[in-house]
Amino acid sequence: MASILTNLFDGVAYGMLLFVLACGLAVTLGLMNFVNLAHGAFAMAGGYICAVLVNNSGWPFFAALPLAFVASAAIGVALERTLYRHLYTRSHLDQVLFSIGLVFMSVAAVDYIMGSSRIFIKLPAALEGQLSLFGVGIGRYRLMIVVICGLLTLALQLILAKTRFGSRLRAAVDDPRAAIGLGINVPQVFAFTFAFGSGLAGLGGALSAEILGLDPYFPLKFMIYFLIVVTVGGSSSITGPFLASLLLGIADVAGKYYVPKMGPFVIYTVMIVILLWRPNGLFGRTAAR
Amino acid sequence: MTALSDVSTHAKAGARWRVSEVAFWVLTLACAFLFPSRYLIMTDIVRLALFALSLDLILGYAGVVSLGHAAFFGVGAYSAGLLALHGIINEPVIALVVAGLVAAVLGFLTSFLVIRGVDLTRLMVTLGIALLLEALAERFSNITGGTDGLQGIEMQPILGLFAFDMFGKTGLFYSLIVLFILFLLARRVVHSPFGLSLRAIRNNPLRAAAIGMPVNRRLIAIYTLAAFYAGIAGALFTQTTALASLDVFAFERSADLMLVLVIGGTGYLYGGLIGAVVFKMLQELFQSITPQYWLFWIGLVLVVIVLVGRERIHRWVLFVPNLVIRQFAGRKAVVAVPERDAP
Repeated sequence: MASILTNLFDGVAYGMLLFVLACGLAVTLGLMNFVNLAHGAFAMAGGYICAVLVNNSGWPFFAALPLAFVASAAIGVALERTLYRHLYTRSHLDQVLFSIGLVFMSVAAVDYIMGSSRIFIKLPAALEGQLSLFGVGIGRYRLMIVVICGLLTLALQLILAKTRFGSRLRAAVDDPRAAIGLGINVPQVFAFTFAFGSGLAGLGGALSAEILGLDPYFPLKFMIYFLIVVTVGGSSSITGPFLASLLLGIADVAGKYYVPKMGPFVIYTVMIVILLWRPNGLFGRTAAR
Repeated sequence: MTALSDVSTHAKAGARWRVSEVAFWVLTLACAFLFPSRYLIMTDIVRLALFALSLDLILGYAGVVSLGHAAFFGVGAYSAGLLALHGIINEPVIALVVAGLVAAVLGFLTSFLVIRGVDLTRLMVTLGIALLLEALAERFSNITGGTDGLQGIEMQPILGLFAFDMFGKTGLFYSLIVLFILFLLARRVVHSPFGLSLRAIRNNPLRAAAIGMPVNRRLIAIYTLAAFYAGIAGALFTQTTALASLDVFAFERSADLMLVLVIGGTGYLYGGLIGAVVFKMLQELFQSITPQYWLFWIGLVLVVIVLVGRERIHRWVLFVPNLVIRQFAGRKAVVAVPERDAP
């Protein structure tokens, strides 16, 4: 019983991590209708920046996390302004080719600079080990992830639903032309959103080094997971991708624990079935074009 | 003139062999004789060209995007490998056809999943199928050999006459003949009324359906055929290298294939062939400059091609050949049909 609960908790932590990693993609792919397969590259950038700061420059872990966010967001906005924005109106095929190109470049560049082996981030002693809560073993690091990601999710939901920026973004996505007509600076909104999504991915990358493992092939390995979160979750709200990430996280952890040989098989099958059954995602509606 | 004869005149005019096409194949054959030290890389190119031809059939002609074409390549490769390893079919040509048919069956079954939905769903589903097969191959490592791959494949002589030699001479000519035969078949298919209807579907599926074309059935047919081609390409891979490992399913293989087609241009059969030559040369070049990091340059090429625009690049590339042909033949040359994505 206790091991089931521990697994469940690990699954929740994993799922929340996936959500932070993928929610930027939920906006670009789900809302802006841009197929950005290079989303994982931003996560990898954040992870490596955090690793360099903590391991080589001796920064404390919690100070390096915000910087991973800021640096990835900066990279994101730079790329959006120079490259991505030319491709918003292109076909999906062009977008796929372009972002695959970016993934290849990032993989080789990181391999060149940092080497090809897996990298670890030195954690503060307070985050190591397990807590025992009513007899259920809970990893401290995973607990921290659940707390951070839970807060982020709440904040995102509030920003999207309650703030002026949130309503601008929803307007720009629903009908860009009408939004421009109403005086909303749509390119600016998109650029800001893209940067924020990249920043979140970077933060997720920094957090995930311990759990998912960080090496130059990170963007390729986890590309399918991010895509699953978005396509299964749909794009109508933050809640859809959030539930999808939790499902995926719990299913993946449980799959690896109980049927270790069939783990990936189950997940891909479920994804294909869901896509065929509900092409717009479990919780989705049609994405605006 | 009735509508039917109109279509057939149109199709026949498109299907006429041009001087440039004959020149292309003569040049290809000449290369095979001129560079005896380069058999292996040329076999590689021929294989890739066949694989690209397969993707061109669905992407260029029918407008179906796929990120998981390596699935069929891999199935063909493993089928050929297992057939040879267990001595079920020892004759390479028959084994090749059987491997292609196995891939075609898989293509037929998965086509029902792929024709549903829009571009994005198709990308995800094709990618998912390839990943699924990779996971399966890893799971059943007692059959597939897992990460080590199938080992100890010994190929029998082709038709009992031509044994595979260590320099790859037999392998190259065998691959070339297979490519040429399949190219002829593809050429026949795309210039037939069936091929014309595919292009109509690519340009506007809704309108094609409105004038009475069975859109889904046509797509299923071409997807199955493309899977057959990819399976043959995979089987050729196994037969000429005596090797089949998990990386036949790898995502990189499908992505590289996209690049090949993007370089060569989609929607005309030579795109894949030219793309394969250019891609392999680029790969060799990059690998000689930076052995470990050539992936970076491949990525850069992709990004630049997309940013500049695929159609514009093809106009530039075809500028010189068009000029030459216009000077000598006094007519407008074959221009790559720019691919228009379905709305």
